[in-house]
This record gives sequence, C-alpha cells and structure tokens, in this order.
Amino acid sequence: MPVWNAFSDMEAMRREMERRFSDAWPGHGRAPRVAFLPGRGARQYPLVNVSEDEQNVYVEALAPGVEPKSLDLSVMQGALTIKGEKPGLAQVSAEAYHRNERAAGRFVRTVELPLEVDAGRVSADYQNGLLLVTLPKAESARPRQVPITVR
Amino acid sequence: MAERTVPSTQEDRVPGRREETREHERYITPPVDIFETKDGLTVVADLPGVEQKGLDVRVADGILTLQGRTAHVAPGTPIDREYELLHFYRQFELPDEVDAEKIAAELKHGVLTLRLPKKEKAKPRKIEVSVR
Repeated sequence: MPVWNAFSDMEAMRREMERRFSDAWPGHGRAPRVAFLPGRGARQYPLVNVSEDEQNVYVEALAPGVEPKSLDLSVMQGALTIKGEKPGLAQVSAEAYHRNERAAGRFVRTVELPLEVDAGRVSADYQNGLLLVTLPKAESARPRQVPITVR
Repeated sequence: MAERTVPSTQEDRVPGRREETREHERYITPPVDIFETKDGLTVVADLPGVEQKGLDVRVADGILTLQGRTAHVAPGTPIDREYELLHFYRQFELPDEVDAEKIAAELKHGVLTLRLPKKEKAKPRKIEVSVR
C-alpha cells in the first residue's frame, strides 16, 4: 500500500522550484546571490573571490575606498576574518545629496578556507580597492607527487 | 543632475528586431554618490580594480561619461566566485551651470572623485543693499 510521504513531496517541490529558477537565468545555472535585495547593511560585505594554485590559497575582496589602516585580518581555525572600515563622506548634509548609492561603515566578514593554511606566513596587499590575501597552503595540504618505481 | 536612461522597453533585446554591428558588451554600473556643495557638484564613484590608465572620464554635449577598464587578473584557479570584474560604464546628464573645462578628477583606492565646479555666473551672489 503506498504511504503518503510529506517529506518526499516537499523535496520534489523544492527541486522543481530550483529548476524553474535556474531556467530563468540561463547560462548561470543558479539564481543571482542577491535575489530579493535586502538593505545594504544586510548584504555580505566585502564580496570575495577564492582561488588557489599549488602553493597558495588566494582570497580577493572587493573593497573600494576602505581606509587601509583600518584593515585587520586574522586567520583562526581554518577561517579568515576581514575587518575594516569604509569611511563615509565627511561633512555632507543629507539635503545636499542627489544620489547616495555607496554604502559606508564598518564591516566584518569571515570566510571559511577550503583547506589548511600556514597562518604564520599569510600576506595581504591592498591595491586599487582590491584586497588580495595570499595564504600559503600548509605542508599537509599541498599536492604531493607520488614517485612510481618501475621494475 | 538627471541620469540619462533609456526606457526599459527599448532595452529589451528581442532577437531579430534590431541589427547590431557590435557585440553587446557586458559592463557594471558603478554605485555613485552625488552631492552639491557651494561651488558645484561632487561625484564619487566606486571603481574597484581600475587603474589610472584604464579610466576614461569625458564630457560631450553636456553628458558626463565614466568608463573604467580593469586589467586585473585574479591569481590561481577559482574555487568560489562572488563577483566578476567587468568594465564600468555610466552616464549622467550635466546641468548647464557646470563648467566642463574645470572638472577635476582624483582616483584613490578604487574610488573616483570628480569635482564639477559651477560657472561663475551660476554661483549665488550676495547683493549688498545700502540703506540711506
């Protein structure tokens, strides 16, 4: 006797929704990250791109106009935390604005790292509003060539 | 300072409706702050990854065009991407009182600051009233 399973129905519905949404944005495979724009403060800031090569993991943050002195980076338990402040425009009264689209203020974001890094050798570079953090991979996380003995 | 926008109905790209000689370039509209001061207008735009040589600011026919090209190449192979650095492009219609000859631009930490001074005759002038 077939038993009605509410969970499997819900799961099927979720998949259907996902499929429909991904059809709506062809070529991307998934809906944009910010689907229903929340207030600026509720969005993740800064946005980051994570990449890697054999030696390092790179975290690049989109942070134009951040005061370099306010930047504070820390690596703990496989996560990188970026703190800083984007100063607002000083001495501009609210009535003087025609447009105000750039957000400002203090921010903190923690990015989970995909693998173990050597926290002692992390370096960072801020240029043209982009923050590039270079995290050398820990010895155990590096790819190792396995020698093959041919007999 | 109104922004010159094309009505969205014209932007709809229905295949076969319009011939295009160039490929539609993808670009980002940078967020801007525009505010008025005693001497004129200030435009502040976020253009991360744009260097001085990739920046093009021009005024023609009373329209200010901001264009920024990023030569930035991300290192390594991507794992997770939240943003894409494309070219920046945005246009604004300038009010008549802006003195286009005297526009000053400054680029620092990926933020462009443009100062658009008002023409002398457009500035408010205090008229002294003499009492006899």
